Amino acid sequence: MSAQHDAQHSPSFIGKYIFSQDHKIIGIQFLFVSLAFMVLGGFLAMIVRWQLGFPDKEIPLANVLPTSWNPADPAQYNAVFTMHASIMIFLVIIPILTGAFGNFLIPLMIGARDMAFPKLNMLSFWVGFSGGAVIASSFFVEGGTAATGWTAYPPLSADPQYTGVALGQTLWIVGVLLVGTASIMGAVNYITTIVNMRAPGMHFFRMPLSVWALFITAILQLMATPVLASALGMLLFDRTLGTHFFNPAGGGQVLLWQHLFWFYSHPAVYIMILPSMGFVSDIMSTFARKPIFGYKAMVFSLMGIAGLGFIVWGHHMFQSGMNPTLGTTFMISTMVIAVPSAIKTFNWLGTLWGGAIRFTPAMLHALAFVSTFIIGGLSGIFMASTPVDMFIHDTYFIVAHLHYVLFGGSLFGVFAAINFWYPKMFGRMLNPTVNLVHAVLSFIFFNLTFFPMHILGMGGHMRRIYDPTLYDFLKPMQPMNEFISVNAFILGGVQILFAANFICSLFWGKKAERNPWHANSLEWAAPSPPPHGNWGEKVPTVYRGPFEYSLPGMTEDYMPQDLPGAGAPTPGRTVMTPARS
Amino acid sequence: MHLLPEGVSTYSGRIDLMFYVILAVTGVAFVVTETVLFYFAWRYRHREGVRAHYTHGNSRIEVIWTIVPAVMLVFLGLASRKVWDEIKGHVPPTDQEIVVLASQFDWEVRYKGADGQFETADDVVVHNEMHVPVNAPVKIRLRSKDVIHSFFVPAFRLKQDAVPGLTIDIWVQPTKTGEYEIACAELCGFGHGTMRGVLTVMEPEAYRKWLSEQEAGVVPAEAPAA
Ligand code: HEM
Ligand SMILES: [Cu+2]
Ligand SMILES: [Cu+2]
Repeated sequence: MSAQHDAQHSPSFIGKYIFSQDHKIIGIQFLFVSLAFMVLGGFLAMIVRWQLGFPDKEIPLANVLPTSWNPADPAQYNAVFTMHASIMIFLVIIPILTGAFGNFLIPLMIGARDMAFPKLNMLSFWVGFSGGAVIASSFFVEGGTAATGWTAYPPLSADPQYTGVALGQTLWIVGVLLVGTASIMGAVNYITTIVNMRAPGMHFFRMPLSVWALFITAILQLMATPVLASALGMLLFDRTLGTHFFNPAGGGQVLLWQHLFWFYSHPAVYIMILPSMGFVSDIMSTFARKPIFGYKAMVFSLMGIAGLGFIVWGHHMFQSGMNPTLGTTFMISTMVIAVPSAIKTFNWLGTLWGGAIRFTPAMLHALAFVSTFIIGGLSGIFMASTPVDMFIHDTYFIVAHLHYVLFGGSLFGVFAAINFWYPKMFGRMLNPTVNLVHAVLSFIFFNLTFFPMHILGMGGHMRRIYDPTLYDFLKPMQPMNEFISVNAFILGGVQILFAANFICSLFWGKKAERNPWHANSLEWAAPSPPPHGNWGEKVPTVYRGPFEYSLPGMTEDYMPQDLPGAGAPTPGRTVMTPARS
Repeated sequence: MHLLPEGVSTYSGRIDLMFYVILAVTGVAFVVTETVLFYFAWRYRHREGVRAHYTHGNSRIEVIWTIVPAVMLVFLGLASRKVWDEIKGHVPPTDQEIVVLASQFDWEVRYKGADGQFETADDVVVHNEMHVPVNAPVKIRLRSKDVIHSFFVPAFRLKQDAVPGLTIDIWVQPTKTGEYEIACAELCGFGHGTMRGVLTVMEPEAYRKWLSEQEAGVVPAEAPAA
């Protein structure tokens, strides 16, 4: 373990909170920065929805907003939705899941004192932060920010003449490259830490599912992100050095980008959901007061999703001009990848069965996660079918699907995780009433906002257009667009509850105990918040898996992993692996 | 019940059927899983003195709920493959050929003209409109001049990206006369949302009449650019 670490105590403010090497502080840094970007990304979403719901009404606040945000100008509309998606994906969901929770949870949950490489960890945050700053700076340069969608298909993205955006797009590429680099650094750290630094007795199959999910996510990041990085490098060279990787006139291949991009970005959608699946599993088990149903099936389905995730990227390219026979291959692999998703869903239901469920805000978000993930997973099947996708590709059906998995899935998972681990992070409790209201309203208005988008998509409503009323066949759908927009504004407004609670509780929240939820995993054995080095004198020893809730014959309905002695060695199907020396 | 707009090509019915089959399968899965979820959440809410049932799982039931979705999904995959092959496996032989060249933000639609040859001075070229005869297969050669566009005719259920550097052949056989809209479905720049065209499906005589009027009106200046 990192003994050298304990030596350098009482660092200055800068050393402690700015250039910190403590995994918990770095996690919280990632959390704060990502949440700040979420506000910006959410704001851009409101602008998008205003334009789509009320294309002929000027946006309120038009005179205080920067002119480059006026969506009624079609060029700006493209920029606004491009940055909405880019921010949400690259600067909110990925860093919050892996950067914030990966950092905060991994060492605490496996009983380590810190990450394997604390300096690399610090570097990862600052490289990621610079990436965010570079992307944000693109709003202020001449020509405005990137306007080619988060997918940045060349030639549109490869040559400024097609969009009129010169520097902005280049900054976007550089920023995403930096964020990707940060991701790779983080992944190396997480993998090394999990493999090498588990506390005595913490066998692989005694790890909480959050750790498993973060572990497998890190492997995905390590394998997929370099491919994105090389593709971005090529795009950057096309823009700045005059190479022709993606320019057919110079012998380049337009579709090459899509293959490379989706080779990364399909695994990336799993990078964006697997950690949430892990959090939700642990949270559901805790609040159902039951062992997770089918622990090993949960682990193997995570692995299955991750493995298959590398052979399905072509499902984003069915109509791209790729050989249609290849489309069939990708369709079959995509159908197969829905199976482990189904297994996970059934195991969550199995976990609820026979439980003694506590409806905390974290649990409500976890339930909302399962409920929306079901819809997102099922809508994926429509798009996986090549002929059906010919109709719904690039329509609002896709927008509905991706928000069901990313907002209803990943983000509700994040909300669950924040509600659950906030006491450990900050040593204070969130106000439960406010967050119960927030959870219920978010779930309702989320569905009212995004479910109707399936229907728009079935009507053929294209995505990424700034004024649906220009098409006769879309005009009848305009009332639905207005309905969606109004609900989206309410959904956005509801988030103020959460933000206010988050901020106020930092100062005035009730002091948290060590283990407020009576949970089993190791992080609850550390003080709230845990001190530098996490464990005081001695790291904990692990005696069992994390899911021993409601064990018959015990008075308490939980049994922490580090509680020595009595109580069943994990019975049932939890397999023991030989102890590590 | 019609969730999808009216389809007017020979394959739109097949695609819609596939859609409804998937809707039925996923609809059942949706109702069952969501009902169980909400029912369990309510039924097993915490009550004083009631302890949760201690179990780590059940192999038999887990095997069942792995196999059932797997079988359903493979079935949906195979059924989809059949429809896909019918649409993409071949282009039916036809002498109705149209070249569509997409560019920012325009659909250039080109007919052979009187000499029955493309890329000659008498080609008929129109913009953002397309005329095709009903009940005959039409082959469309899709190209792009600059960035990626996507040729989308919702009423035909037809969508295909137009990719610079590639020529992609697609086909459709319209089944009903009328006017339908063409849209661009791939983000192609600031005018993407305005890249609209009108497609007119005509009776064969009306179509021939329209074409010969166009041929008569062709001015050499409209000849192909290099
Ligand atoms: C049952 C599992 C899933 C299946 C079968 C599935 C299938 C698909 C397919 C076929 C597409 C491409 C559709 C098209 O563009 O025409 C797609 C798009 C997408 N999926 Fe999924 N998906 C699944 C789960 C997920 C998950 C878990 C996430 C993220 C957490 C996700 C995120 C996305 C995103 C972001 C897009 C749109 C990308 C874009 O065009 O901008 N999907 N999905
Ligand atoms: Cu994908
Ligand atoms: Cu276009």
